[in-house]
Amino acid sequence: MDTIRLIDIKEEILSDNQDLADDIRGLLLKEKVFMLNLMASPGAGKTSLLIKTIRQLKNDFQIGVIEGDIESLVDSEKIMAEKVPTVQLRTGGACHLDAPMINTALEQIDLKNLDLLFIENIGNLVCPAEFDTGATCKVMILSVPEGDDKVLKYPLMFSVCDALVINKTDCLPYFDFNIDLLKERLQKLNPDIKVFEVSSKTGEGLDSWCKWLETEIKAYNEKLV
Amino acid sequence: MHELGVTEGVLKVVLRHAEVSNADRVVSISLKVGELHDIIEEWMQRYFDYVSRGTIAEGAKIIIHQSPATVMCEDCGKAFPINIRKMDKILCPYCSGIKVNLASGRELIIEEIEVI
Repeated sequence: MDTIRLIDIKEEILSDNQDLADDIRGLLLKEKVFMLNLMASPGAGKTSLLIKTIRQLKNDFQIGVIEGDIESLVDSEKIMAEKVPTVQLRTGGACHLDAPMINTALEQIDLKNLDLLFIENIGNLVCPAEFDTGATCKVMILSVPEGDDKVLKYPLMFSVCDALVINKTDCLPYFDFNIDLLKERLQKLNPDIKVFEVSSKTGEGLDSWCKWLETEIKAYNEKLV
Repeated sequence: MHELGVTEGVLKVVLRHAEVSNADRVVSISLKVGELHDIIEEWMQRYFDYVSRGTIAEGAKIIIHQSPATVMCEDCGKAFPINIRKMDKILCPYCSGIKVNLASGRELIIEEIEVI
């Protein structure tokens, strides 16, 4: 009779993705490109925040965008109107971007002439949290209409991000959104996360968000010397 | 749906180890999954049955051991479990500290496989 053997493995499931993500980070560091992975639910305001951020930073940095948000070209057309190089990934019905997809996109980008590269991830708070894309920095948006309890429902996403942008703060008077409670819960899960309160519509809070990003990029570039 | 991507990762690692040990068939796969991951055993099994077709891992049973979310108190350094779905008041049971860091709950590991 066949005997069953037990093989001890103890290996990360996503080790292939992780290895490639680390290689990508190495390449970007060498090319002095700061890559920001922007994640959020559909409709949280990823494209609007990107456009407002690009407008504020484009005099200081050469900016590019990898657009992954589903198949339609609606978002990439809006971004291209800002005259920044944009690569649209054809993701079909995929629910997240991973390192191999970003690697493919990077082949189409001239990294030599770039300082800052945004990834607009697919609108979803679950799957994108699982896959390292090789980004230098992970940022998520939570918009006020989504509710302050999302940190309890999607803890992984909130735990992996370096910054949280609370968007649509102009809607605060109309919703029972408790920013203090959100911050308190967040503190337990991810004490180092930076939180920005922004309204892409009115422009409120955009300055401090862009200022932080600028500082992060400068610190990243100094790390190279 | 992210279980599909995770399942492909599982298959890759499992096949590599199974081939190295000259296995004819993979019987079961034990995974350690942190509580922060929304990974459902039933979906993992369905996706695995699909992606493993025609390989020596076809028909293998996926077993998930969930590893609980715990935090470590910054003041006294002791770890304790938390309810990740209800985090309003977290107090260290040892020293009543309120500053904590996530200590576990994000694992995504293949622990072991059974092969013939």
